[in-house]
Amino acid sequence: MDNIIRTENLNYEYEGFDNDSLTITALNDINLEIKKGSFTAVLGKNGSGKSTLAKNINGLLLPTKGVIYVNDMDTADDGLIWEIRKTAGMVFQNPDNQIVAAIVEDDVAFGPENIGIPAEEIRSRIDDAMKSTGIYEVRHKAPGLLSGGQKQRVAIAGVLAMKPECIIFDEPTAMLDPKGRAEVRDIIKRLHQEGITVLLITHFMEEAAGADRTIIMNNGNIISDGTPAEIFSNTELIEMAGLDVPAAVKIRNKLRLRGFDIPDNIIDMEGLADFLCGMKHERKENGRLSETIDISAANSSGLGVNESDGSSEKQSENCGGLSIVVEHLSCVYNKGLSDETVALDDVSFNIKAGEFVGLIGHTGSGKSTLIQHINGLIKADSGRIFAGDMEVTAEKVSMKEVRRRVGIVFQYPEYQLFEENVELDVAFGPKNLELSKEEIDSRVRTAIRQAGLDFDEIAKRSPFELSGGQKRKAAIAGVIAMKPEVLILDEPAAGLDPQSHKEILSMIRNLHNETGCTVILVSHNMNDVVQFCDKVLVMNRGKLMLSGSPAEIFRRDSLLKDSGLGLPDPGELIYIMKKRGADIKGALTNEQAAKAIEDYLRSDL
Amino acid sequence: MIRDITLGQYYTGKSVVHRLDPRLKIIGTFVYLIMLFFIKDFIGYAAVAVCLAAVTAASRVPVKFIIKGMKPILFILIFTFIINIFLYDGTILWQWKFLTITDEGIHQAVFIAVRLILLIFGTSLLTYTTKPMELTDGFEAILRPLSRFGVPSHEIATMMSIALRFIPTLLLEADKIMKAQQARGADFESGNLVRRAKSMIPLLVPLFISAFRIAQDLASAMEARCYRGGEGRTRLHPMKYHMRDAVGYVILTAFAVFIFVQSRGILPIPMIWAR
Repeated sequence: MDNIIRTENLNYEYEGFDNDSLTITALNDINLEIKKGSFTAVLGKNGSGKSTLAKNINGLLLPTKGVIYVNDMDTADDGLIWEIRKTAGMVFQNPDNQIVAAIVEDDVAFGPENIGIPAEEIRSRIDDAMKSTGIYEVRHKAPGLLSGGQKQRVAIAGVLAMKPECIIFDEPTAMLDPKGRAEVRDIIKRLHQEGITVLLITHFMEEAAGADRTIIMNNGNIISDGTPAEIFSNTELIEMAGLDVPAAVKIRNKLRLRGFDIPDNIIDMEGLADFLCGMKHERKENGRLSETIDISAANSSGLGVNESDGSSEKQSENCGGLSIVVEHLSCVYNKGLSDETVALDDVSFNIKAGEFVGLIGHTGSGKSTLIQHINGLIKADSGRIFAGDMEVTAEKVSMKEVRRRVGIVFQYPEYQLFEENVELDVAFGPKNLELSKEEIDSRVRTAIRQAGLDFDEIAKRSPFELSGGQKRKAAIAGVIAMKPEVLILDEPAAGLDPQSHKEILSMIRNLHNETGCTVILVSHNMNDVVQFCDKVLVMNRGKLMLSGSPAEIFRRDSLLKDSGLGLPDPGELIYIMKKRGADIKGALTNEQAAKAIEDYLRSDL
Repeated sequence: MIRDITLGQYYTGKSVVHRLDPRLKIIGTFVYLIMLFFIKDFIGYAAVAVCLAAVTAASRVPVKFIIKGMKPILFILIFTFIINIFLYDGTILWQWKFLTITDEGIHQAVFIAVRLILLIFGTSLLTYTTKPMELTDGFEAILRPLSRFGVPSHEIATMMSIALRFIPTLLLEADKIMKAQQARGADFESGNLVRRAKSMIPLLVPLFISAFRIAQDLASAMEARCYRGGEGRTRLHPMKYHMRDAVGYVILTAFAVFIFVQSRGILPIPMIWAR
């Protein structure tokens, strides 16, 4: 029995949203075999059928046609379903919604209790599971008090305690910050090494790079199946599926263009850094190898680190934005109680009108408290905030005015949609501003267009029947329609597939160019920050730790790393190489990284 | 704001009260509630207050924390107080146009207010000192004899514990939605009653949708972890009575008997401000 999962012509269909009872095929004749002990990554954009496949394997959904066997047990057999779920456990995307009990250890015990394990054995099983996922120390806490990464580890422990042979992870890191993501990735890797079969559904190409097999799904079909190295060398296919290649592959390909021979199987940062450092070493040993590349090609594309990437050059002709001045802003939660926390500690900064600013910092660093102060949702304990000539912190300022001029798009804004169609939902803000009907209509049209949607196609549809990316855009349109002069976005692309991610960010850039509004982008994605922002603010433990241009900020790589932040991908590679002793210049873009690496490899001695 | 609500949550601790068997605590709370309605005067209330103070002290839950948790019911308290004070017939003490305050009204208002405070304080002690899982197990055990008559005791208990578990999650969700709609210019605070009720739609619709989404996710997660109702289910912490629980039952019985006897006026103590 070599295969733990085997599907035969698996089909899954469901009824569509529309009244005309059209059936949607989520899975179309899937034939898949998963070997025991393997690590398989499943990629595909939102709605490609990945999650449906996972739920079919676990028996949460039953195939409309075809069969699935888990350890040779048919999932359609009622008598075997519990045995199947015990064999193939499942970890879901949302860390909050899968925790059943109000105390960590009770939750981990939930599975073993259900399958009737005696109390003493439950104790030893859950202790092992909690130790293995590193949550033993927090076992008596309420899940609500844990970080996202910890909650997700609780969920993994809950599955482990049932002693599964296989674990299906359905986008387990999509809702986590970089730190939590790294924690969960490490655990998945270790579980695989301990012999558990892993099926990992993900939007992060880096996670797929660590698997030993990668499957790409599109429109309910498996369109590609192979090792990550094979898959990621087929760029056309990746683009067709609405995906992306890992950053290491992008830089690798740039280096190949510069004449360096790097094999296909180098697809992750560590591997690339190792290979490049090894290459340098070899070159030193053998003296200079015969030059095969003409230097001019390399020089022509040479971009200094100090030059920014062009986004700052197009200052809008007519600034439709407001400047923001924050002076000595402080905020303390639960003052005087045992759980008193200083959320903001004497924060001061300036943002020029029309600037595109990135706000970064680890979870709990005060970012979201800060942005809520800027539009008056939280009252400042001390300090002052100005947006243009309006003082947000003033006693008698009109909140309506503040909210009109400073718009916030919160995380997962699609959860706030409520009207029966998109047009009405987008009109909610302008209506609250008590504008004329004509003005509201024209604003709604403009906002929907600016958000990257087609008004005629979408205006009369219910927001709840749109795809994930479209919902997000419709929700953002609801804020754009207020015509804010400052637009604050909190992780606007979180949880989306690579293609929708790109669309959302370029939509924001277009809006910024068109209206000239000031933009504050809160993000954990340093690549986006480098690509789009003129200026970066770094928060750490309630204080403003750094501020400056992306080049200035990301030059401080060790400082950022120490405060639990990531770097842009090229910076990450350079950082790893430096740690291995390479004397190399910093880089912000892939091109710069390729250039810096070339210089390093070609430098004598 | 909304997230500050602590009513109904568990307060981590290791006190005697925390360690008591959940069945005792649930039955105790139930008896306590019934006894509150027997009381006819302020000696009875004083006795209850003393017992409650003793239990609270033993539980080591900070009084400040409990009082903070009671804030959300302040409105109901004031409302019933005012209604009672004005709407009771009796000896008129003060009159202005159609408003009258009577002797009986004041008595009734104070009496009901004290009863409400004791009621909430006492029941909240149960949730502060008992983990939701234990509560569920306790309820299930108490209801089990009824399952012979078709009462789904396990299901009721599970529903209850999940509701408790998701109170903070839903409050957090409500807080997020409220802020997001406020950022779009929504106004939840001004206007007349109709307008205010209408202004809740942008909050309630997304909240309901979120609740359904959470329920769906949770149901999948529970099923994936082999949940199939109460049959054949084992427990990490099987319930077992200890000596302290026996002592608890004795004290509880003594309390109930005392309140009952006192409220009948059988005891040689005068009733204070009774009607």
